[in-house]
Amino acid sequence: MASASLPDNPLLTSAKIVIAGGFGVGKTTCVQSISEIPPINTEAWMTAASETVDRLDPGIDKTTTTVAMDFGRRTIGTDLVLYLFGTPGQPRFWPMWDDLCRGAVGALVLADTRQLAASFPAVNYFEQDSDVPFVVCVNLFDGVLHHPLEEVREALALAAGVPLIACDARDPQSVARALLAVVEHAMARNPRPTAGALAAH
Amino acid sequence: MPMTYWKVRPYVLTAGRTRTRQPLLVHTLVSVPYYDAVFASGLLPEARSLYEHARRARSVAELSAVCGMTLGVTRVVVDDLAATDRLQIHDDAHSLDFRLLERLRDGLRQLA
Repeated sequence: MASASLPDNPLLTSAKIVIAGGFGVGKTTCVQSISEIPPINTEAWMTAASETVDRLDPGIDKTTTTVAMDFGRRTIGTDLVLYLFGTPGQPRFWPMWDDLCRGAVGALVLADTRQLAASFPAVNYFEQDSDVPFVVCVNLFDGVLHHPLEEVREALALAAGVPLIACDARDPQSVARALLAVVEHAMARNPRPTAGALAAH
Repeated sequence: MPMTYWKVRPYVLTAGRTRTRQPLLVHTLVSVPYYDAVFASGLLPEARSLYEHARRARSVAELSAVCGMTLGVTRVVVDDLAATDRLQIHDDAHSLDFRLLERLRDGLRQLA
């Protein structure tokens, strides 16, 4: 079983998958299911010190913005740790989304078929404002898929290349399969460099 | 989790700096390569708290949460300590690194 502290290994590396979606679609549950530590819900205070790229309107004297951010972690073997970061609020308002997504392997955008519109902004963000590969995932709140995935795809106007899956955010194995889909999608987007391409470097 | 309340404005601690010498992502791992109690006792409380908490490897985001510091300030403090080799910043495997993706895939398959 995973422990509370990380392996004592100077070569330990980390990877990150972002869990996005609207309010109440199950982001925290999803992180909680697979995290080896209780999800850390922290108010990451954004101050002027963290706004290196997207500054607030200089006319507004607003030096701090409180953003609730939660994240969890899962150790994979002795040399790799996977961090899961739930996105706070709506993407348009938070430079923090760019910060969270920087260097991410991929993103899992959760959707609730009872309130699909809640996940539109997250889908838009990953389609238009980010290069991070993403997979859309319908959260099965009561273990039942109420709408065929094709209908969901249509309702979200998802591009053909974006994988659409379903998972139960309460079930660790189901969440692991959803994260696996994200990693496999990222691998498909970044195929193994061929011998020729390596030689060219 | 006990919250640390600021006694000084954050930019006093960072001397107004907002940028770091190297990119520090929220999931970048940081650890203390060799712990030095004398060095720790000479640090400002915030930097000291961070130094103590990094004795076991932790990510920048975890350090920010556990020390009650903003991500921006945490990054600058980490960067300062790393500049004098008091902190080790673990290599970020590049997110497009195929070997990393393979390790991640294989690990998740075991959990699925």
